Amino acid sequence: MTTADSAPGAPSAQVPPLEAALNARAASRRGRRRGGVDVRTALEVTLFVAPALVLMAVFIVWPVLRAVQWSFFRWKGYGPLEDFVGLRNYVSVLTSEVFQGAVLHNLIIVVASIAIQLPLGLLIALLLNRRIRGRAALRTIIFVPYVLAEVIAGVVWVQLLQPQYGIIDQWLGALGLPSPEQGWLGTPDLALSTVIVVLSWKYLGMAVILLLAGMQGVPDELSEAAQIDGASYWRTQWHITFPLLGPTMRTWAFLSMIGSLQLFDMVWILTKGGPANATTTMATFLLTEGQRRSNYGIASAASVVLFVVALVLALLYQRFILSRDNTVDRPAKTPRPRRSTPKAVTA
Amino acid sequence: MRTSLRGTTAALATLAVLSLAACGSGDSGDGGSGDATGDGGSGGDAVTITWWHNSNTGEGKDYYDQVAKDFEDANPGVTIEVSAMQHEDMGTKLDAAMQSGDMPDIFMERGGGELRDKVDAGLVKDITDQVGDQLDVIGGQAAGWQVDGQTYALPFSLGVVGFWYNKDLFEQAGITDTPTTWDEFYDVLDKLEAAGITPISVGAGDKWPAAHYWYYFALRQCSEDTIKDTVASLEFTDECWVRAGEDLEQLVAAEPFNPGFLTTAAQSGATSASGLLATGKVAMELAGHWEPGVMQGLTEDGQGLGEATGWFAFPEVDGGDGAEGAALGGGDAWAASADAPDEAVEFIKYLLSDEVQQGFAELDMGLPTNPAARDSVSDPALAQLLEVRDSAPFVQLYFDTEFGQSIGGAMNDAIALLFAGQATPQDIVDQTQAAADAEK
Repeated sequence: MTTADSAPGAPSAQVPPLEAALNARAASRRGRRRGGVDVRTALEVTLFVAPALVLMAVFIVWPVLRAVQWSFFRWKGYGPLEDFVGLRNYVSVLTSEVFQGAVLHNLIIVVASIAIQLPLGLLIALLLNRRIRGRAALRTIIFVPYVLAEVIAGVVWVQLLQPQYGIIDQWLGALGLPSPEQGWLGTPDLALSTVIVVLSWKYLGMAVILLLAGMQGVPDELSEAAQIDGASYWRTQWHITFPLLGPTMRTWAFLSMIGSLQLFDMVWILTKGGPANATTTMATFLLTEGQRRSNYGIASAASVVLFVVALVLALLYQRFILSRDNTVDRPAKTPRPRRSTPKAVTA
Repeated sequence: MRTSLRGTTAALATLAVLSLAACGSGDSGDGGSGDATGDGGSGGDAVTITWWHNSNTGEGKDYYDQVAKDFEDANPGVTIEVSAMQHEDMGTKLDAAMQSGDMPDIFMERGGGELRDKVDAGLVKDITDQVGDQLDVIGGQAAGWQVDGQTYALPFSLGVVGFWYNKDLFEQAGITDTPTTWDEFYDVLDKLEAAGITPISVGAGDKWPAAHYWYYFALRQCSEDTIKDTVASLEFTDECWVRAGEDLEQLVAAEPFNPGFLTTAAQSGATSASGLLATGKVAMELAGHWEPGVMQGLTEDGQGLGEATGWFAFPEVDGGDGAEGAALGGGDAWAASADAPDEAVEFIKYLLSDEVQQGFAELDMGLPTNPAARDSVSDPALAQLLEVRDSAPFVQLYFDTEFGQSIGGAMNDAIALLFAGQATPQDIVDQTQAAADAEK
């Protein structure tokens, strides 16, 4: 401890050779960085990061900037950009009842996805984390919907949900249960709920796999200790597994939220945003305005609004929820001396 | 270890720089050679015309390849690059081509407001002077492709919309005559319902099939002059537009449509509106001349409804101002891009010639616009349609095409809402007017 603290990173005689070499390397680097620009590191960074940066610039930054530019013009998708309309496109997007509905639907899907998939995912992950017969097969079954292409899954559900002729309605009929006359997707009051059910089926697999991975990282010693202290299974999960899964849950919820905000393909295949705009999302709105109506200015304004909404929510989430997970990393930045010390002491 | 790591890094860096440089030189090399061939091409008096069409399968594709070859043989030095694409793919590619300005020389054009927008953007060639004689042959059918008296495309197929029905199911319900008025039509609905048959399928999920009902009611309620004035002024002030919605509201209230029609697709798969008609699940559907072909593609035996395929016109509306027999329809025309060579326009004229249109008609690729090809149509249902079309006082372009996508899209959305019981006849007019005002 003393050696390490007094001269951080300095090799000590008792340290194994490889570790010593690494420490020396780290020390020499630090020394050089203090002395000026580390040309090699800069080169390395540039070399490895450049391709990614170029791709991002071409496929992300540039389109975003173009969308912002288009959003200030009335433009049909061809010909020169001449008809500058200022903020008019934004006004028509934000005052559009269809767009307001779309934002509401997105938010409902964000909340519903997390509220349904998190508890269900936790339960299934707990089940699959125990040694039960056929665990591998069960894991695969749970995960298959997520692996399926969105379009294929969507088309299958459209067929299952066909009014009268669809399997679901036929089963319900066989059980003597009524099904909606216009079908689950064709009834405006039911369409969004139906879409959410399909989405939950599709994405539950991802929650389960992530949570399972998180559970593998929970040390067995902790639950064993709790069990010795007489804690029941549920108490153990509630006080040990779930808190330690926090970072995983928060990360999953973040991914789920962004996915829900950008939701397009499944809705488009199931309902095209209908019936009577009951399932429009921001993404279906902007596609309808752009591709179908050739109002590229309005579509661009809608996409900028979507971008801002997603960005703001993402930043807020980072700041207030994920920040806890991020701060955990910081003390870990100087682990090397500490790790070597106990070894030195024991040796 | 450190040296070797550094050595590796250095080697990698060198490699990367070299490969980047190689990319750079490769690019400039390609560009250079591309220019060279370009120069060679224009130097040698040869002309290459690019032609995009959507007859991408079977006989139709072979026919168009042959047509291109015949033209090349008759015009030495002209090369035609034919691209046969699936219809939706072609639309997407055309949109992209128009945005980039790198357009095919000859492409398909649906006319109306969409064409007006392209003309305003300077993308389409004014072919009025060059096509003179061919235009006379086609006559008034070209109206949808004319802007301010100038012609920008020649329609090669023009179809009309009407009710396709299943003769067997009509017989089963005891219906002997097809309806010509709306009173008779409601009788037909009652008889079908009584026989336990779902009367009509409609792909309201795609919106335009539902919108066709409103268009047709408007065509029955509004006089030709009113429609023409509205297209020019974009003022939907005439009461007839509201009356069209009221007629439609009455029809929707009778609940004649297939279960789940609000999300039913138009023509994809057995559960689409066309699929339901083709498989005998419903008795009729309002659709255009494409319907027999679509139904054939949706049945396993490739026959569609076969012998049971019947057609009748959209019934007349009592007290409407519309011209009797006026038909709603639309079609496809060949247009040339603004910088297309003159030879491209010659090729368009050739495509509209008696000879090519007759071959087109014999293969049932559409409803030919050249009267000389009229007798060549072999399919009896299409031949009947042709008669209806040619006896109609005028053929009104689908309103979403006529008014352009911005106004047409708003119109279709509002009509779909009326089908869902969430808009009134006045709402359709108001929302269409709001979209029209945004265009002015």
